[in-house]
Amino acid sequence: MYIMSVVYNRKVELYEMSWVLRDGLRDSLVAAAPYGGPIAVMKESQCLSPSVRPQLDIYTASGVTMATFPWKSGPVVQLGWSVSEELLCVQQDGTVLIYDLTGAFLRHFSMGQEVVQSHVSEAKIFHSPYGTGVAIVTGSSRFTLATNIDDLKLRRLPEVPGLQGAPSCWAVLNQDRQTKVLLANGPELYLLDNTCCTSVLPGGSPLDGVFVHIAVSFSYKYLALFTDTGHLWTGLANLQVRPAHSQVRPHPPPSVVVLWERLLLVVAVGGDTVQYPLDEACVCVGELDGVRLLSPSRHELLQEVPLVCEDIFKIASMGPGALLLEAHKEYQKSSQKADEYLREIKEQGMLGDAVRQCVEAAGHEQHTHTQKALLRAASFGKCFLTNLSPEAFVSVCRDLRVLNAVRDPSIGIPLTHTQYKQMTVQVLIDRLVYRRLYPLAIEVCRYLKTPEYQGVSRILRHWACSKVQQKGESDEVMVRCISGRLADSPGISYSHIASKAYDSGRTELAIKLLDYEARSGEQVPLLLKMRRSQLALSKAIESGDTDLVYTVVSYVKNEMNRGDFFMTLRNQPVALSLYRQFCKLQEQETLKDLYNQDDDHQELANYYVSASYREKVQANCYVSASYREKVQANYYVSASYREKVQANYYVSASYRERYWWLKLKSLAEKEEWEELEKFSKSKKSPVGYLPFVEVCMKKSNKYEAKKYVTKVTPEQRVRAHLTIEDVEGAADAAIERRSEAEIGTVISHCSSSSSSSQRLLLDKLQRALTTANRK
Amino acid sequence: MAAHLTNGRVNLNILREAARKELREFLDKCAGSKAIVWDEYLTGPFGLIAQYSLLKEHEVEKMFTLKGGRLPPADVKNIIFFVRPRLELMDIIAENVFSDKSNSRDYHILFVPRRSMLCEQRLKEQGVLGSFTNIDEYILDLIPYDGDLLSMESEGAFRECYLENDQTTLYHTAKGLMTLQALYGTIPQIYGKGDCARHVANMMLRMKREFAGSQNQILPVFDTLLLLDRNVDLLTPLATQLTYEGLIDEIYGITNGYVKLPPEKFAQKKQGEGSKDLPTEPKKLQLNSAEELYAEIRDKNFNAVGAALSKKAKIISAAFEERHNAKTVGEIKQFVSQLPHMQAARSSLANHTSIAELIKDLTSKRSVQEHRNAFEADGFVFCPVASEAFFDNLTVEQEFMTGVDTDKVNTYIEDCISQKDPLIKVLRLMCMQSVCNNGLKQKVLDFYKREILQTYGYEHMLTLNNLEKTGLLKLQTNSRNNYPTIRKTLKLWMEDANEQTPNDISYVYSGYAPLSVRLTQVLARPGWRSIEEVLKMLPGPHFEERQQLPAGLHKKRQQGENRTTLVFFLGGVTYAEITALRFLSQMEDSGMEYIIATTKLINGSSWIKSLMDHPETQIP
Repeated sequence: MYIMSVVYNRKVELYEMSWVLRDGLRDSLVAAAPYGGPIAVMKESQCLSPSVRPQLDIYTASGVTMATFPWKSGPVVQLGWSVSEELLCVQQDGTVLIYDLTGAFLRHFSMGQEVVQSHVSEAKIFHSPYGTGVAIVTGSSRFTLATNIDDLKLRRLPEVPGLQGAPSCWAVLNQDRQTKVLLANGPELYLLDNTCCTSVLPGGSPLDGVFVHIAVSFSYKYLALFTDTGHLWTGLANLQVRPAHSQVRPHPPPSVVVLWERLLLVVAVGGDTVQYPLDEACVCVGELDGVRLLSPSRHELLQEVPLVCEDIFKIASMGPGALLLEAHKEYQKSSQKADEYLREIKEQGMLGDAVRQCVEAAGHEQHTHTQKALLRAASFGKCFLTNLSPEAFVSVCRDLRVLNAVRDPSIGIPLTHTQYKQMTVQVLIDRLVYRRLYPLAIEVCRYLKTPEYQGVSRILRHWACSKVQQKGESDEVMVRCISGRLADSPGISYSHIASKAYDSGRTELAIKLLDYEARSGEQVPLLLKMRRSQLALSKAIESGDTDLVYTVVSYVKNEMNRGDFFMTLRNQPVALSLYRQFCKLQEQETLKDLYNQDDDHQELANYYVSASYREKVQANCYVSASYREKVQANYYVSASYREKVQANYYVSASYRERYWWLKLKSLAEKEEWEELEKFSKSKKSPVGYLPFVEVCMKKSNKYEAKKYVTKVTPEQRVRAHLTIEDVEGAADAAIERRSEAEIGTVISHCSSSSSSSQRLLLDKLQRALTTANRK
Repeated sequence: MAAHLTNGRVNLNILREAARKELREFLDKCAGSKAIVWDEYLTGPFGLIAQYSLLKEHEVEKMFTLKGGRLPPADVKNIIFFVRPRLELMDIIAENVFSDKSNSRDYHILFVPRRSMLCEQRLKEQGVLGSFTNIDEYILDLIPYDGDLLSMESEGAFRECYLENDQTTLYHTAKGLMTLQALYGTIPQIYGKGDCARHVANMMLRMKREFAGSQNQILPVFDTLLLLDRNVDLLTPLATQLTYEGLIDEIYGITNGYVKLPPEKFAQKKQGEGSKDLPTEPKKLQLNSAEELYAEIRDKNFNAVGAALSKKAKIISAAFEERHNAKTVGEIKQFVSQLPHMQAARSSLANHTSIAELIKDLTSKRSVQEHRNAFEADGFVFCPVASEAFFDNLTVEQEFMTGVDTDKVNTYIEDCISQKDPLIKVLRLMCMQSVCNNGLKQKVLDFYKREILQTYGYEHMLTLNNLEKTGLLKLQTNSRNNYPTIRKTLKLWMEDANEQTPNDISYVYSGYAPLSVRLTQVLARPGWRSIEEVLKMLPGPHFEERQQLPAGLHKKRQQGENRTTLVFFLGGVTYAEITALRFLSQMEDSGMEYIIATTKLINGSSWIKSLMDHPETQIP
């Protein structure tokens, strides 16, 4: 029983199946992936004698064999496909085995320990926004869920009261971002979520009888319940009957497809039914926009007729699209009726709509001649319009080209346009890659002008990854083959390919491949993994990423003995200086060893200097507080005392100038003016007398400062006068010296004052300046 | 909010927005209330990207500084550590996490600018790696600083690159340039000079190969990238900058776009109140081109600032006078609508007048009396030496730069040491002499070293050694001094520098034209081929690389349209150099606009300071 939206139904034949099934699909586990995915077929084990191993076959949707191998593990309860087209086989003991499209085993996981005893009685594989999930019910009537097989978290759902053995029917729902299980135990319905089990009732008039089937729509939006009395309930997934007012197009209520052995029944909401008799046993595959019917001989699509197609192809339709199609037909026959039709559309002002309808309808058609007819009509209509954007037309043409290519029986992906849009080109390309249809995938990318990085390069990487896992070719040939093919494609991650090669045990090949990797950052982790630390170190340095260098260095440090480690570093100056930095902060002792080894005496000396200073600080820290104060007191002796000590030292070392400086500064500091004067007379000052003036002024002692002005040499006299703010004196000195520059300086100093004496002085200076100038 | 980033030739706000978007995305990843624990070093740079309000919008309720011991109590769901990838910080984080007893919290780490395997390994060893819900990286390489300026705000860049041979910053630089190219298009031409420049360019080209295929289809905004090593031009930062902005930085230091000034000049002058309750907190001002007046005067030589300020004052008071002419209601309304703008202009004028006065007091030779009045009014002891010292210092610098007596022991330096002037000042001058003399003679060098060690202490041996390693101080090995040749060829000294209406970049140092900027200027016209000889004298290789543009992205240049060059200073740039480049952009016939990027904005003092070692304070 399947749900699909149906107004008008149509059944389109997709393929004549090319497979050869010995006993049809009867008594087989059949799983077909949605979006035109592959089909897995396996004989049910109970139908075989225990000694016979069942065969697992994987076909494309057109029935071409992709893989076939004998099943060697335990009995399988359920087959299913993940979103990335991996085959999940749920075994009776709760183990889920995962295979890829080619039948290669990928990995496995278990649905929990208790299942091993109680056995899986039924399993369902479902898709949700989180990925692909597995739900099982055990023989002891307990449900276990895994919402995403790639990030496995098992959830054991609470017990269902009164349930003995398997429920009569159940389904997995996805509501409010939560995965729940709806199950029927006879006439009762229960909703199971993470924490509790609630008894529920479907809305509307009560139903009698026992529920035998539950079906959920592709989008988890609608629900259908079927009882053994032949009643069918349909509604929303929250068990509410759809409110009446929203029953308007374009959201038609869903129809339900019920499948018996030889009969297919499509039930619309009002209770209208359409019957399709079947020649042979079928399997139904729910899709986004319809149901695929799989029989041993053919593969069909049962689908609601899309609205636009209905509008165009309905008998006696007067829709604009229909008229346009007709107009074009007449035009091809060179009949003047074409004009009449066109006029009719134009009079209604519907030509734009007509073109749009034809374009859209073309997308929904499976057969190329219908597609062509519609597109030609659209193109014809377009000629009479001036401002129609060609975008839709172009994109539909492009999409159809891709779709027709993948629908080809040799490829066998029967996607509808709606599905294609939903799944995106990216995913389609992935699917082609999974099927190893590399040339087609590359063609599609080139045709759609997908950026190389996301398109061609990605495909080539997949190709290379699968290539390196093949055995039998020598490393040389393999590398040449891969690099030759990948050389000019940008953004190829050779390290990814190399790690695949390493995983399949071909270390040498991996190293050769890594040479082609442009990003040295990517090479390093793998090289370390392969224990090629020297190579890793030089690659890390090449990348310029110091963090990477540090990482390798710390790895190498643990791996080698100290001597070798130091030698390695010595050959890599960049790494060495980084390691020194590291040691400076973390391991001082090692630093010393490093310098010792390099005979770097300068650095070694520096090391001891800083170490001894550090010890001093540390010593200070450790001594008791009072003692420390004493030490500090001694260390930070009062300024004057220290200066004296220093002064004595300097004198003996005959640093007279510095001695004079220090002494006069200390004396001024202590304001011992008499001492200062005595000092000035003690000997001829080797620093001159301007410093005396300046230190006095620093203490704002003009009186003392004046004493020394006369002693200052003529060259410094102007400055000395200015320092003690004696502008007149400065002026006199400057005039005496007849120096232009000095007179200028004095002028600039008194220009801003405005007292009369100042003005007089200024005049005097100006005059002096002109005389000086004249000379 | 970020108006100063959009008014340049290149809209750097795109970069800022990209950074903000990423920050928001990360914060939203941690649902619920949050507290951020900051690596203190990062708060400044982050301030340029996002204010607290942005964090608050994303439920950041508390902010702490990262330190050992227990985390301060906070009733929040998430604790996020914003840290640099440093091992010592990992230990602190581990300590924090261990001592935190509440189990209901989620921990996250955001590594800035890049996550590090080494640090994660350390966390694993400490046994806390599993406690973190999210470990992410926040790629913050180049931070938009102003309309034409990007900085990585990486303090130790020069030290790392040239002293410790640690190329981490260079790697981040290359990454940052890749990010920049992703947003602003591939830069077709790359020039460079110096070893680090070569290394960065190599990494960029390598990364481009790595990302090949994901090429962006953006029309290139930058035409040229010029990578310059700081050690190509060691001289410029040593010289005292003489532009307004440069002097503010020299004297008060601009950090992350903010300057802290002594508050006295900014006291609100209220009538009737004495000068008793002066504000004690330093005044903090943001300096960028968003402030109209600042944008106007920051690039002027300080000697031209006074005139500009008084002109501006006249304009503003004239504008206020307008109100008397406003007769009709309409006119008054118009006047009132302009009021906020005018008031902002007035307060900005007041601020800058105060700053200019502060600087003037320290730099210019004014009448002593005036000095005294100005200071004593504020209750300060007058100090006549400051301005003299500034002038003397400048004179010596200029002597060195013009090549006067650079081979002898300089008496001024000797005096400075005897007087125990700040060590940095002494080192700056000494290095300058060494650079201008292509190294010092053994005798001279030994003399300086001895004087310094005996006066300032033997611990400075390490610092002197560092200076020697970076080439700032060196022993003259060959007798030929090639600095005069460089100076003459590149016209580094201009006798007639016009400070008021400049006609050459030399105005930024009142005579000295920064070497780095001259190299940039020559590159634009007539090209480096004309100075091959000089380039060979400067350290490191010079090179040119081209990056292929995807078809269809070749710019069709309009007549008279300027080309744009991104100049990247590896190891820091001074404000005066930036000013010189701005000046070149504005020159009518240059045909070139410059955007400046750097690892850090420096001046001579902060630069030398970064190279100093303090053994007592080093963490064992």
